[in-house]
Amino acid sequence: MSDVRFLITGDISLTVEFGNEISEAINAKIRAFSIALADSGIPGIVETVPTYRSLMIHYDPGVILYEPLVERLRGLLGNLDRIEIPPSDVLEIPVLYGGEMGPDLEFVAQHSGKTPEEVVKIHTSTEYLIYMLGFTPGFTYLGGMSEEIATPRLKTPRVKIPAGSVGIAGAQTGVYPIDSPGGWQLIGRTPVRMYDPDRETPILPQAGQYIRFYAIDQAEYDRIAAEEAAGTYVCGRHPRKEGGK
Amino acid sequence: MSITVLNPGLLTTVQDMGRVGYQQFGVSVSGVMDPRAASIANILADNPEDEAVLECTMLGPHLRFDQDNCIAITGGDLGPTLDGQPVRGYQAIQVKAGQVLRFTAPKTGCRAYVAFTGGLDIPVVMGSRSTNLRAKIGGLEGRKLNKGDVIGFRAPRANLKNLGLRSIAPEFVPRSEYILRVVLGPQDDAFTKEGLDTFLGQTYTVTPEFDRMGCRLDGPVIQHVESGDIISDGISFGAIQVPAAGKPIIMLCDRQTTGGYTKIATVISADFRLLAQLKAGDKLRFQRVTIQHAQDALLTQRAALRALRSSVGM
Repeated sequence: MSDVRFLITGDISLTVEFGNEISEAINAKIRAFSIALADSGIPGIVETVPTYRSLMIHYDPGVILYEPLVERLRGLLGNLDRIEIPPSDVLEIPVLYGGEMGPDLEFVAQHSGKTPEEVVKIHTSTEYLIYMLGFTPGFTYLGGMSEEIATPRLKTPRVKIPAGSVGIAGAQTGVYPIDSPGGWQLIGRTPVRMYDPDRETPILPQAGQYIRFYAIDQAEYDRIAAEEAAGTYVCGRHPRKEGGK
Repeated sequence: MSITVLNPGLLTTVQDMGRVGYQQFGVSVSGVMDPRAASIANILADNPEDEAVLECTMLGPHLRFDQDNCIAITGGDLGPTLDGQPVRGYQAIQVKAGQVLRFTAPKTGCRAYVAFTGGLDIPVVMGSRSTNLRAKIGGLEGRKLNKGDVIGFRAPRANLKNLGLRSIAPEFVPRSEYILRVVLGPQDDAFTKEGLDTFLGQTYTVTPEFDRMGCRLDGPVIQHVESGDIISDGISFGAIQVPAAGKPIIMLCDRQTTGGYTKIATVISADFRLLAQLKAGDKLRFQRVTIQHAQDALLTQRAALRALRSSVGM
């Protein structure tokens, strides 16, 4: 853990940086450290923000000052290897691919020299790690999409993309949690609400979990959308198997 | 019913101390830009310090009271009047049903805060009443105030104990050049020695691109070692981003939770009260302090607020 750095980000937060690249190994360290921190009983922690390669910790200097906090955090690092990390949850996200919901599926298929069905097969065959959330409430930065279906962004972004749209931008894939402008190639849409401010858990995905997309038809889409509207839908999830794909 | 908005002003929003705990989900903190001014307004109005207030920007609103209550106005002096008579800031005053509070013109600073005794009847969304304009949540339907809006009081009081004592000298004093204290980091090592010297030695000017997300500055270019880009990490209130072009941007309440530009330093919490009152054309310099100094300054400010509360509450 000698490569861990403590960065000063003002007088009410600090960042613990675990490396300088995007990798599952670094992400696993951040998860282990977050668990150790949550269990540590260190006082004055206000909230934490995991990102690709670091954990930002907001704290109350009225409870604990910078130096004693860093000392306690250093103490946690020594024991990280012994932390039992429970298997991550895999969120099962249903997607209606193509058609009106995924107007760019044909283009992505052409660009990658595949049929739309093959694109869907590739897109649904991976468990994508949620490295972090940011940009808008509930927007996930996912890792692990196959280069085979990587497609550049639209030349002219759309003014309004409906919430739930599933897109591809370069080698990234993700879901738009709220209506927003954007330039991603839209291949489908999920009826699942990634973000609902009035729900008890307003944001569905969490950093460190995985997402697996699966294809549904219009009838299934409508059924789930109705359940979401009624507040009765429960998103499928299962613990990830070691080395899962 | 309690307040009717006759004229919303430029940008008037409901804010408290922010939406804490949701940055990990990509939700901006929001909240007041000048936490000290808002805290003082609340203390004078006999509220908890983190009660929601109205944040008024440059051109303040015209509000008609439909019910008696007490209020306190702090922050920049945006020229408040009550039924046409000037009102001094930084004191609790009584307002009667039918009276109209009008902000006439900005005199000093940029943002004023109005606290209402007993608080505003605004629903709590994800733990806060703060308006998040980008996510369209909190405050009044997630937006700024509009003409005709009506906001209720939760627990108004026509009078306050020690009303005469609920007053302090106005705090914000305009200057020809502001000094903002900073702690270096998190990416100060991404800049050359010349770059750091420029940042700490030169004068910067606030541009009109100044909103609740960030404050863009103009001035000498700050030199990077290699690049202005990093793998995205967390952004704190007051973080000073320097993208590749070398011009600093101070990140504020509605900032994104994460970002991919190098951050050279962070404005210390005790100086947010200056930062919030800057306006286009203002000059400023950055002064480096240690983290110990910064935390000391914050705790001293908090102690002063506690002393104020006990002195007005006797």
